[in-house]
Amino acid sequence: MFIIQRRDFDILISALKQRGYTVVGPAVRDNAIVYDEVNSASDFPVGWTDEQEKATYRLKRRADEALFGYSVGPQSWKRFLFPSHVKLLSVVKKGKTMEIQSDASNEKPPQYAFIGVRSCELNAIVIQDKVFMNEQFSDPTYVLRRHNAFIVAVNCTQSGGTCFCVSMNTGPRVKGKFDLALTEVVGNGVHHFVAEVGSDKGAEVMKEVPHKNADASGAGVAEKLVDATAQHMGRTMNTDGIKELLFNNIDSAHWDDVARRCLMCANCTMVCPTCFCSTVEDATDLSGDYAERWRRWDSCFTMDFGKVTGGNFRPSSKARYRQWMTHKLASWINQFGASGCVGCGRCITWCPVGIDITAEAEALRKNSVRIEAEHSTGV
Amino acid sequence: MNQTAVGEVEKLVDPMLPQLMSIRKTVWETDDTFTIQLEKADHYDAEFTFLPGQFNMLYVFGMGESALSISSDPLKPGTLAHTIHRVGTVTTALSQMKRGDVIGVRGPYGTNWPIEKANGLDVCIVAGGIGLAPLRPALYSLFRRRRDYGRILLLYGARSPLDLLYRVELEQWSKLYDVEVLVTVDRSDSTWKGYIGVVPSLFMYIKLDARATIAMVCGPEVMMQYTIAEILRRGIPPEQIYLSMERNMNCAVGFCGHCQYGPKFICKDGPVFGYPHISHLFEKKEI
Ligand SMILES: Cc1cc2nc3c(=O)[nH]c(=O)nc-3n(C[C@H](O)[C@H](O)[C@H](O)COP(=O)(O)OP(=O)(O)OC[C@H]3O[C@@H](n4cnc5c(N)ncnc54)[C@H](O)[C@@H]3O)c2cc1C
Ligand code: SF4
Ligand code: SF4
Repeated sequence: MFIIQRRDFDILISALKQRGYTVVGPAVRDNAIVYDEVNSASDFPVGWTDEQEKATYRLKRRADEALFGYSVGPQSWKRFLFPSHVKLLSVVKKGKTMEIQSDASNEKPPQYAFIGVRSCELNAIVIQDKVFMNEQFSDPTYVLRRHNAFIVAVNCTQSGGTCFCVSMNTGPRVKGKFDLALTEVVGNGVHHFVAEVGSDKGAEVMKEVPHKNADASGAGVAEKLVDATAQHMGRTMNTDGIKELLFNNIDSAHWDDVARRCLMCANCTMVCPTCFCSTVEDATDLSGDYAERWRRWDSCFTMDFGKVTGGNFRPSSKARYRQWMTHKLASWINQFGASGCVGCGRCITWCPVGIDITAEAEALRKNSVRIEAEHSTGV
Repeated sequence: MNQTAVGEVEKLVDPMLPQLMSIRKTVWETDDTFTIQLEKADHYDAEFTFLPGQFNMLYVFGMGESALSISSDPLKPGTLAHTIHRVGTVTTALSQMKRGDVIGVRGPYGTNWPIEKANGLDVCIVAGGIGLAPLRPALYSLFRRRRDYGRILLLYGARSPLDLLYRVELEQWSKLYDVEVLVTVDRSDSTWKGYIGVVPSLFMYIKLDARATIAMVCGPEVMMQYTIAEILRRGIPPEQIYLSMERNMNCAVGFCGHCQYGPKFICKDGPVFGYPHISHLFEKKEI
């Protein structure tokens, strides 16, 4: 463990830039904390925090000048690793034949350094790794970005109102593969970062950033902050037998209840750091001799998602919400060996009508228990 | 993921990049369904190989891609073909292609019919409409080693006599390969002397040695539901029932998420499934 003083934070950013990375970190835009290109700590949300509740997100001033004193905003790192809109192919028509080029595998991809990756988000990245680098196929767009990414993770020292990473076993302490991990310590006249090196690349960068070794008490303070975060989760989710809960309740009346509230706006899938569905679009230019194939984010909430010629496999709202939640909390485990939910709370915060996945799971459980009880007593 | 330094990712294979093939021949099977035979049009000299039941993604310049089952004989090199129902943008564009026109082909994808497992058993093949297309490669494979199997039954249904696929072949199969072919139509015309009714009704006319029979089913989902109910009623064990599923499909490689059916991706875990793997979802609506 090392200690980096706040005043040396910019040196970390410039060390990454010198290595050719496009450095992306948190920044305030339109009253929200988003991820964007940053050049120095002054681009960060210095002294800002966020208040989150279902259907509520508000920025507020902090009493200090913390750089990471908030939880997660509407965007996640997926927008960099799995961009919302990418060109897959360029096709030139040549008489009866054509030439097809894979833009995805021939591009010179951006080399990103991400600063401020929270534990839930690191878990979400690992989950998307399994999707886009599956046992049979790899997606070049994802691989090229992911492969080169430098990850500066940040331990959460404050929990958001909609966070439940403790329930999902994904945080708040950063676990998994990172290059550097920081814990911000601010107040009582100190402002520094307790830093942990997670890779050779991370160690190389650390050599250029002024630091000292953290003594036991220095590291202990950081530990305590993260422990306290774990004690103050805004939400909890009971994950006992959650897969069976979802699979056994395909016919639950509760889905009708959610469907009455859900607007099918797809916000939850856009903000979710693990949601990966996409669709493909074709376009030709005016000459008709040049065509492109593009991929863009899609959502299981859209009406067209399950459409085929002559029908739609999921026309009702109820089936679409059920598909989303069942995929997140149950099918994902079959498909990728881990839950599709990392407990970041974004879908709760950004749902315009305040639908809360933790509350829906709980309601489904209650409903299911009630039905079981009725069956066993013969009611 | 390989642990290499920045910038060191080597040449990547893009699973979305098609190879080029040209149309060798288009044969109209019915008013709205045709078979296109394809041949290689680019420098790849590797033979295109596939297993019965697998599908390709066919790309038409500027129009898009469609998932289409392979309907040709897997053991006859260089005869790749698809039988296609003309229903929308891509399938219509494919129907208008002339000899020598080039399309993009990705594949083959997906799981295959259990030809090996059929060894020593009677085989009951049930098809509805275009569902016969992905089953034709299975039939060809069975014919290759006809003596390894017991009876081969083909129960097939179409909307009307004019909608029947592979009419000439159907007769040949029964003559040359001792296939018990039963054909039914929903709506008959004056020329029709065969059965009338939905596909599952054909089970009335056959006797099966249930324990020793393997079933392969493909058709519209409702047809498959009734068919499988009928097959189960006959006592064929669920592990001996296979079916091919269809869903919206954009990528065929497990990225786009569209073809999910419960925990399964139809594109890579299917399209051919052993019935027990999906039976818990099969009767449910809007999965
Ligand atoms: C595994 C598999 C095998 C298939 N095999 C055959 C076959 O052998 N012969 C055959 O005629 N048809 C087959 N189909 C159906 C075929 O893919 C659709 O009929 C075709 O995609 C329709 O495209 P279109 O542009 O002509 O129609 P449109 O109605 O114009 O389609 C518009 C869009 O809807 C989507 N779409 C519509 N129907 C389907 C569908 N069924 N599956 C996936 N996406 C769809 C496509 O993304 C398409 O771009 C198969 C489908 C699957 C999933
Ligand atoms: S489902 Fe909701 S809480 Fe879970 S990872 Fe997605 S956005 Fe976050
Ligand atoms: S759950 Fe909320 S965010 Fe998701 S689609 Fe429904 S209304 Fe939109």
